[in-house]
Amino acid sequence: MINFVLRLGLIGAVLGVWEWLVAFMQVPTYILPPPTSIFRGLVNGFSSNLYPEHIMVTLSETLLGFVFGTVLAFFLGTIVALSKRVEYFLYPFIVMFQAMPKVALAPLIVVWFGLGLTSKVINAALVAFFPLMVNTIVGLKSADEDRINLMRSLAASKWQIFWMLRLPNALPFIFAGLEIAMIFALIGAIVAEFVGAEKGLGMLIQSMNINMDVAGQFSILLILSMLGLLLNGTVTFIRRRVLFWDPATQADGKLNSDKGGV
Amino acid sequence: MGDAVLGRQTDLPASTEIASQAAIAINHLSLRYGTGPKAVTALDDIGFSVREGEFVSVVGPSGCGKSTLLKILAGLLPPTSGSASLNGTDIQGPRRDIGVVFQSPVLFPWRTVLGNVLLPADVQGLDKAAMRTRALDLVNLVGLTGFEDSYPRQLSGGMQQRVGIIRALIHDPALLLMDEPFGALDAMTRESMNVELQRIWLESKKTVLFITHSTAEAVFLADRVVVMTPRPGRIGDVFEVDLPRPRPLEVMNTEKFGTYVQRIRRALNATGGHGGGLD
Ligand SMILES: Nc1ncnc2c1ncn2[C@@H]1O[C@H](COP(=O)(O)OP(=O)(O)OP(=O)(O)O)[C@@H](O)[C@H]1O
Ligand SMILES: [Mg+2]
Repeated sequence: MINFVLRLGLIGAVLGVWEWLVAFMQVPTYILPPPTSIFRGLVNGFSSNLYPEHIMVTLSETLLGFVFGTVLAFFLGTIVALSKRVEYFLYPFIVMFQAMPKVALAPLIVVWFGLGLTSKVINAALVAFFPLMVNTIVGLKSADEDRINLMRSLAASKWQIFWMLRLPNALPFIFAGLEIAMIFALIGAIVAEFVGAEKGLGMLIQSMNINMDVAGQFSILLILSMLGLLLNGTVTFIRRRVLFWDPATQADGKLNSDKGGV
Repeated sequence: MGDAVLGRQTDLPASTEIASQAAIAINHLSLRYGTGPKAVTALDDIGFSVREGEFVSVVGPSGCGKSTLLKILAGLLPPTSGSASLNGTDIQGPRRDIGVVFQSPVLFPWRTVLGNVLLPADVQGLDKAAMRTRALDLVNLVGLTGFEDSYPRQLSGGMQQRVGIIRALIHDPALLLMDEPFGALDAMTRESMNVELQRIWLESKKTVLFITHSTAEAVFLADRVVVMTPRPGRIGDVFEVDLPRPRPLEVMNTEKFGTYVQRIRRALNATGGHGGGLD
């Protein structure tokens, strides 16, 4: 409790020093705005109904991209993990794509799929795809040899070994992948909006940048980190529910927010 | 004392008559891991048989092929040559009438105690209600009542191992294969587990093949103790243990028990293993 008050106090102090420094050193607003004008930008944005509309656009792009990307990643990852043949033939592609920074594809994707929703969803899906596919493969392959032998000794079918052993065993990996994929999907959507879009928070940042509305940009950044926290928190919440049996899940509650930094 | 010792029994005739009577019949069984110059001969022309309802312990130094033998019997590993049969049927692969207990409990952390015990029943699609009743009985048998809905991480090592053992019993297999099931336990827990296992065996009259590093444990539990020798894995001496049942822990302090243990240890030392390192 004491710590919590101290924490709030520190945040308040940082904002206060910021406000005072900007005024004292007469920093122009288009370089670094004081917290009060950022707050004003936030209020104006919401009262004029400008922000909610763009938030909804970016949020739908992110969520759609997340769903498409991760569902595809899960199925492809499963096939690769279960079939040595498929793995052998797909491996060169996987390695090549994994090494490539996926956001660099954004300009191409906007050219191919236009300025609307589609290109953003595809870009978000593409960026969200790899962390989950890699984790699915690793997770499904990590089943303990003794446990597999136990299942085999019971004359379990391959299908039963998958459902009763490999899949639950892979869940901690899959959820770790989902947490990263969620944040990546948001990044993918924003980057695609930077490249070319009619709506969305990324597009808003760019147009504000051109108009030198730095306070507005800061207010959007604030919204984006809130959005990131909310999306990541949702996945973490579900993970805690599903993986109540996983000791690591119980232990790393405080650590996993670090992944947002990726 | 001499009458209790069966002596060498390295080779059984491959007579089908013996094979069809025996719960386990192993004939000229060999197993090599790998091929070419790097191949390791884990088992070299071994043979012995186990009667129905018999409790046989296998002792031998580390690396002599005990686990390999168990994997072959469990149908997890096809032999390189020779044959192994259960109740007269050649082992083709895993069978549903076998229960296997591994060195570690091998529990699934996402299943409760009851869920873990019921795993074989789930895999084999046995009647749920009947199996649940049976599982609760087994949980009670090993003193885990009250822990049915606990998860493995909430149990001690000894409790987890008990779950591993009753899981091997849930589908009422005729044959129980146990690979150093108590190796990871402390001496006290281990002794009480030995008593418990003997009780379970006396009640259920299953055929048991029990692998262990401990000579005393082998003598305490078994009707017969098979000594294996290393590099390559072969069958050495076989000892008939003639001690009345049920055996209380105090039997370990008797002279007769001590003589069995000594004889087996001597056999282990003679076979060039690290017998001195065994307890
Ligand atoms: N999968 C494998 N591939 C290659 N060699 C193996 C494999 N498994 C076991 N071996 C070799 O076979 C021999 C017998 O191994 P095994 O595990 O059966 O011994 P063990 O008697 O059970 O030993 P321990 O008492 O230490 O458990 C050893 O020399 C080992 O190195
Ligand atoms: Mg072994």
